[in-house]
Amino acid sequence: MNAPTFDAVTLVPGAASGPVLKLDEPLSFWGGLDSATGTIIDRSHPQAGANVAGAMLMMPAGRGSSSGSATLAEALRLGCGPAAILMLERDAIVVVGAMVAAELYRLACPVVLANERDWKTLAAAASLVVEAGPNGASISAGL
Amino acid sequence: MSLDLSPLDRELLRGAHGGGAAFAMRLLVRFAEAVDAPAFIDIEGSHVDGCLYHGRASLDFAERMVDLGGKVRVPTTLNVGSVDLIHPELFRGTKEHAENGVKLMRAHLELGCAPTFTCAPYQSVFRPRFGAQIAWGESNAIAFANSVIGARTNRYGDFIDLSCAMTGRAPAYGLHLTENRVARALVEIASIPDEWDLERLAVAVGHTIGRRCGGLVPAIVGLPSEVSEDDLKALGAAAASSGAVALFHVVGLTPEAPDLETACGGRAPELRVELTAEDLREAARSLSSVADGAPLGAVSLGTPHFSLAEFARLMPMLGGVRPVADIFVNCSRATLDELRKRGWEEPLRAARVTLIADTCVYVSALMRPGVGTIMTNSGKCAYYAPGNLGVEVAYGSLAECVASARVGRVVRL
Repeated sequence: MNAPTFDAVTLVPGAASGPVLKLDEPLSFWGGLDSATGTIIDRSHPQAGANVAGAMLMMPAGRGSSSGSATLAEALRLGCGPAAILMLERDAIVVVGAMVAAELYRLACPVVLANERDWKTLAAAASLVVEAGPNGASISAGL
Repeated sequence: MSLDLSPLDRELLRGAHGGGAAFAMRLLVRFAEAVDAPAFIDIEGSHVDGCLYHGRASLDFAERMVDLGGKVRVPTTLNVGSVDLIHPELFRGTKEHAENGVKLMRAHLELGCAPTFTCAPYQSVFRPRFGAQIAWGESNAIAFANSVIGARTNRYGDFIDLSCAMTGRAPAYGLHLTENRVARALVEIASIPDEWDLERLAVAVGHTIGRRCGGLVPAIVGLPSEVSEDDLKALGAAAASSGAVALFHVVGLTPEAPDLETACGGRAPELRVELTAEDLREAARSLSSVADGAPLGAVSLGTPHFSLAEFARLMPMLGGVRPVADIFVNCSRATLDELRKRGWEEPLRAARVTLIADTCVYVSALMRPGVGTIMTNSGKCAYYAPGNLGVEVAYGSLAECVASARVGRVVRL
């Protein structure tokens, strides 16, 4: 049986797959993510202590200081960033961080805008595959 | 919404103005899509907050721009760096951090940015004019430019402030547009502590509106008309630290608020906040983490960078007994030059003042480890120093800071 595929909007292009890490609240990368390890260090965050490295990071929205862009780019440079980021709201800080890593290091961390109606189904998957191209993105559950 | 690119935007993207500008424009297009801007506008200037070294990615970004032969297309000032290039011996961090910090500052100079290295570019020859479209980084500078001058910028940051400078373009959204600049929160100062000076009032009001107004532009009513430009600078810096305030109006004082009706664009405010003397006292108290009388390690002044007018207030306070605690004063190198011309540098040093240029005590390794409690007259420094430096802080007026330095413990006047 083929896994269902969900449409999404490409914010930053690329292809990635990995295990799902769903955040229950927006995360400020600045002050909230340790770029050297990928660990969530914001002690007030519900997923504090979780590691984003290699994960398909589902965060509904962004939050916090614009310094978060450099934190994300630095985490990606060090190999401790997420494999892809799935969002429900557009977020400039996240997009810029992922774009800079793509331009400077050729490290694709696709960022896509998913549909709210699909969010629960996506979060329930053990792993996801994202393909984000210039004309749109698709998300499917991995094996 | 689809993004409408002008002929210039397309040239920039195509590389007709060089690889650096093309790289910057690619980033700006993604950014504009993410904030749903329909097009770009021309800007007159930029202030780039990219010189503080946090990690390799920021340095790689600036150096890539240099390698691509990039140059800024509009007059561009620089925010503080990690190292005081005038007094490099004051840096106490690792050699590697210092080297990378200096490289980052130099890379920005190679791109054609002016060596201002100040968080108060609005008190320099680069002060923008009323109504100017600009792309600024650094939260206090953004608040001042929008509010006190009436120039127009969003809260730009990492990579994007420099990208705007490299292209001379900014996305047409947010505070660039007249309709988003009207006040949506009304802050009424109902009573003021009798014993307070305006400096302390400004910080307490700023700290409170940052916490209580969320993303709404506030209009403040009831601030005495004698408040100085430096008081408004302190207000904005405090508000942009405890909250995300990028624009505030002071009715009867700031340029887009001749009266309440105009400040609010004729609409009723969505939020009303009334501040009493007791609220303001509580706000000021909340900025100190130690009790009065606590032993003091050092005083830090000039967050944002001390102006010449602020030095003129400080000078007469320094006569008499030499302080037992160090007083650090952060200022721009341009202000430092002015101090020297006036012969003020020597009397300051004699009164145990260490002048810091190009950087700021609360973001860099300048004080001895284990310094203890720091006292400051800045709401911004009081807000950030505990997290950044791992110190205790006491907030007080300028006169209280000097009196406390003199005896080495927190004194209230």
